[in-house]
Amino acid sequence: MDFKGLVVILLSSVFVNNYVLSRFLGICPFLGVSKKLNQATGMGIAVTIVMLLATAVTYPIQYFVLNKLGLGYMQTIVFILVIAALVQMLELVLKRFSPSLHQGLGVYLPLITTNCAVLGVAINNVLDGFTFLESIVSSLGCGLGFLLAMVLFSGLRSRIDETDVPKPFKGIALTLIAASFISLAFMGFAGIVDNLFI
Amino acid sequence: MKKCNNMSLFLKGILKENPVFVLILGTCPTLAVTNTVIGALGMGVAALIVLVCSNVLVSLLRKVIPDNVRIPCYIVIIAGFVTIVQMFVQAYFPEIYELLGVYLALITVNCIILGRAEMFAGKNTVGKSMIDGLGMGVGFTIAMLMMSIIREVFGNASFAGIAIPFLEPFKIAFLVKAPGGLLVYGLLIALVYVITKGKAPLKKSFSCEGCPSKEHCQTGSCEVKGGND
Repeated sequence: MDFKGLVVILLSSVFVNNYVLSRFLGICPFLGVSKKLNQATGMGIAVTIVMLLATAVTYPIQYFVLNKLGLGYMQTIVFILVIAALVQMLELVLKRFSPSLHQGLGVYLPLITTNCAVLGVAINNVLDGFTFLESIVSSLGCGLGFLLAMVLFSGLRSRIDETDVPKPFKGIALTLIAASFISLAFMGFAGIVDNLFI
Repeated sequence: MKKCNNMSLFLKGILKENPVFVLILGTCPTLAVTNTVIGALGMGVAALIVLVCSNVLVSLLRKVIPDNVRIPCYIVIIAGFVTIVQMFVQAYFPEIYELLGVYLALITVNCIILGRAEMFAGKNTVGKSMIDGLGMGVGFTIAMLMMSIIREVFGNASFAGIAIPFLEPFKIAFLVKAPGGLLVYGLLIALVYVITKGKAPLKKSFSCEGCPSKEHCQTGSCEVKGGND
């Protein structure tokens, strides 16, 4: 795979196939933790790291263990267990070697175990038939896309929460409608990335 | 009396504690697969089956599973049932399998199922847990159907794949795309709030109970859910 192809995968997973805004994965943290900029950034970085690690671990498991033994149908169970264990381990390692980083990111880690974006990336990489390098690049892109969406949205939300809106729209309803407009804006990227290198 | 209780337990999942519109759980599949009615129905039924089975098994094992490893145990139970449903759908309904794609596997991490296992099945008897699972599953399916009907009829001028010719000139194509899903969901939540006149139980009162990250959470209530009080 040439360099150009990798850049296309990276850009399209950040902008075009943004996990939150066009594939609806990881909506829960997107709505839950996007109220403040620093929280949104922390969550975004934590998700990016876990996605990268999860892909790096699940890819060899899929190709060297599950496929070799003909256990492809165990994919869901194995992946979710591996991701859960990985997140726990990451938390322990951070606590031991970098307490300050643990203080910053630690609170977000347990939330990620049940984040469908991480499992979604791991499964999608296998479904798309990516090579190992492509998988890593694509999960990096997905993580960065998540971070971008979180940061953009936290800026918007701090404004929304201060406005006076009709009562039924207060809170989650208006948040979703605002997310819809950001998603609409991201749709504009669809044609750009594909034609970037022609 | 007992029957009446069971009935209200069942109805609770459909109306008062509808997982999609009131508890705001399981948002990912709700948004992702509701662009077609068939996909929404398939997803709803698949989630219903997993929910009932996992609720029953979790409830059966509630005295066996040690408290501090319960979440991983629940996840394994749920993932097991999801795999069974996945293989079943792949074998008998290959079109729906294609349509749902990765989202079928992602039922595993659907917060409704883990939430109900933690909130309800882990503390209640088998019979009650089954009814709760049925109610929640039916509530989820109805909500998915509502959203998908709006999105498919107005966005694609068709219903379950059958074209509706007179709506063709008026179709709003963006409803079947990603932003349309978020918009319809937001509007429906506001609508449900109006219908229940804001009497739906406060989200705060049960949001944290079922949250897998409760112990690590510092805020005391999920911020997003506090906004609707």
